[in-house]
Amino acid sequence: MMPAAAMAMAFTVNGTVRTLEVATHHTLLDVLRDMLDLTGTKECCAEGECGACTLLVDGRSVNSCLMLAVEADGSEITTVEGLASNGELGPLQQAFLDKGAAQCGFCIPGQLMSAQALLARNPHPTVEEVHDGLVGNLCRCAGYQQITEAVLAAAESVNR
Amino acid sequence: MNSFSYVRPTTVDETVALLDEYGTDAKLLAGGTDLLVNLRSHRMLPRLIIDVKRVAELTTGIEEADGALRISATASMTDVIGDERVRRYYPALVEAAAVVGSIQIRNRATLAGNVCNASPAADTVPALLVYASEVTVIGRSGTRHVLLDDFLVGPGETVLERGEIVTAINLPIPSRPAGATFGRVTRRRGVDLATISLCCMVDSDGTTTFAYGAVAPRPFLVRDHSGLLADRGADERARAATLREMIGHASPITDVRASAEYRQAMLDVMSRRALDGAIDRLAAA
Repeated sequence: MMPAAAMAMAFTVNGTVRTLEVATHHTLLDVLRDMLDLTGTKECCAEGECGACTLLVDGRSVNSCLMLAVEADGSEITTVEGLASNGELGPLQQAFLDKGAAQCGFCIPGQLMSAQALLARNPHPTVEEVHDGLVGNLCRCAGYQQITEAVLAAAESVNR
Repeated sequence: MNSFSYVRPTTVDETVALLDEYGTDAKLLAGGTDLLVNLRSHRMLPRLIIDVKRVAELTTGIEEADGALRISATASMTDVIGDERVRRYYPALVEAAAVVGSIQIRNRATLAGNVCNASPAADTVPALLVYASEVTVIGRSGTRHVLLDDFLVGPGETVLERGEIVTAINLPIPSRPAGATFGRVTRRRGVDLATISLCCMVDSDGTTTFAYGAVAPRPFLVRDHSGLLADRGADERARAATLREMIGHASPITDVRASAEYRQAMLDVMSRRALDGAIDRLAAA
């Protein structure tokens, strides 16, 4: 390929193949929010410190503000919108609701995606492991207690 | 972010030709966790971004060959932490890679990127120095292997010349038992740069090696061949004097993370801890 400022790309977002023409300097976060209307993923610090923009790329949690959209060409993306199916909340989302884990709610999509990645690799985390698993997600309401409880509760509900 | 041209070469030759053509107007993209921050803040304004994640020679992962473990340039911190051979041979590198940024950062950030950015506070560099790592560099005139200690020049500066790319970091497989530990002081637990960082290795022949980060223009190595530091039974005053002499090579500064005095004090505390840990690990090896 030749160097270009715009490029055609195809990726799978929450199970659906999407084909787009994107500006190469647009981040994955920009493209999901502005071109695909997937506004669940939030922009906050825009430098990889806060985790509000966390989503899964090929199963791994990443900061979508630190990734160009073109880097996701050919990848499989899961955003917070992908946690619910047929209008039913996923177990983690339900647990966050039940435990009152969302206060202002802005960080919650990122918290959910980090928690999703954590439970995928460790279905029975300890409190300490939940803290470690969510170390890249800040909550400025400081709702960490409830967020941790929700992740532990979701782990139990899935394994029931 | 300003616009730029983007290209995704598939061979090293193609990459080297682009680097040679564009010079400092081109930036390499692997994990992007530092690059994207610099692009957004306009600290870097390249005309061309070269994404190397589809270059065949750079995506071989972690392989053992010719008495060394070769970590290719696109291997992420998560790849490094999860590799059985890295865990067996280089536990201090695992400890260092495991505290880089956050999980999200470690899933993207590469070991080679951490080396090439040449930050004085690069988390993995002290461990890589202690393990005598070597950097594979490819350019127009061929391949060269450079000891990491010779590769780093100063803050953000390496010996890389126009048209050159790092393709791998190589760690020699240890030939005799050694114990090594990594230590770091940060203001908070995750997503912070090191106030100081260090790695200590005690070899079965009595040599003690320290590498320090964030206390000099670049991470640096110091060695004690006397056997004093490795021997917990040796005269305590002589050991303390030896350690003081080693720490004396640091030139910590005052910045947003800590004062020079605090760094100096922590150098002593953390060196003792790392040394103790390394001696324990050698004994267990």
